Amino acid sequence: MQITKRLAGRKLWLYLEGELDECTAAQMRRAADEILDEHPLAREVIFNLSGVRFMDSTGIGFLIGRYKKIQRFGGKMYLEDPDLSADKVLSVSGVYSLIPKL
Amino acid sequence: MVNHMRLECDAVSENEVFARNAVALFALPLEPDLAELSDIKTAVSEAVTNCIVHAYRGQGGTIGIECAIEKRTLHIKISDKGRGIPDVEAALRPFFTTLPGEERSGMGFTIMQTFMSGFKVESALDKGTVVSMSKAIGAGKKENA
Repeated sequence: MQITKRLAGRKLWLYLEGELDECTAAQMRRAADEILDEHPLAREVIFNLSGVRFMDSTGIGFLIGRYKKIQRFGGKMYLEDPDLSADKVLSVSGVYSLIPKL
Repeated sequence: MVNHMRLECDAVSENEVFARNAVALFALPLEPDLAELSDIKTAVSEAVTNCIVHAYRGQGGTIGIECAIEKRTLHIKISDKGRGIPDVEAALRPFFTTLPGEERSGMGFTIMQTFMSGFKVESALDKGTVVSMSKAIGAGKKENA
């Protein structure tokens, strides 16, 4: 599991790659928080999920945790390009009502 | 014909990927489509996470995984010998979690129920929990044919 970033003005993209479950969540959390802490002035943070090959409810907990952190910084969080199975997990969990999909 | 498999693994998160893929591979003779395979893998991952995080609280233990294929249905039983669930009815509610400080979504059981066609939880305090799930493979295809 790894994360790469792209910054354009005050927009920050995080590109997640790999499988997001109990085994990888702690590593993902550290990697994402390190990037978020480097860019506290980002007003829009977009998590691109096109490289996520598997995600379960542990991934939902991870995303909601980052949403709270970004909110504390005064930013907004969005989700982008989940595959069909991640999209189903996100829809069933009602995540899009908190973190909109672009 | 009924086909069975049974395996045991340690309750460590490294075994999640093994558990969900082992069950998915066992289901392959039913020729599930990608969406059905993904549903099965997600439901198994949720049940196994519960064993590791809740039943054994990260202290280790053994997870039992039993599967059977009967006609077009895959049956899965995931069991632990952990602490058990004090209130199963509460645990089944969406967003319910006993670990609110750990970024838990409380959606594990809801996802299992939504993604599988059959679902049941039996639990006894300090004895363990058994989650039984089933999925009829190709059910949607027949309806659309």
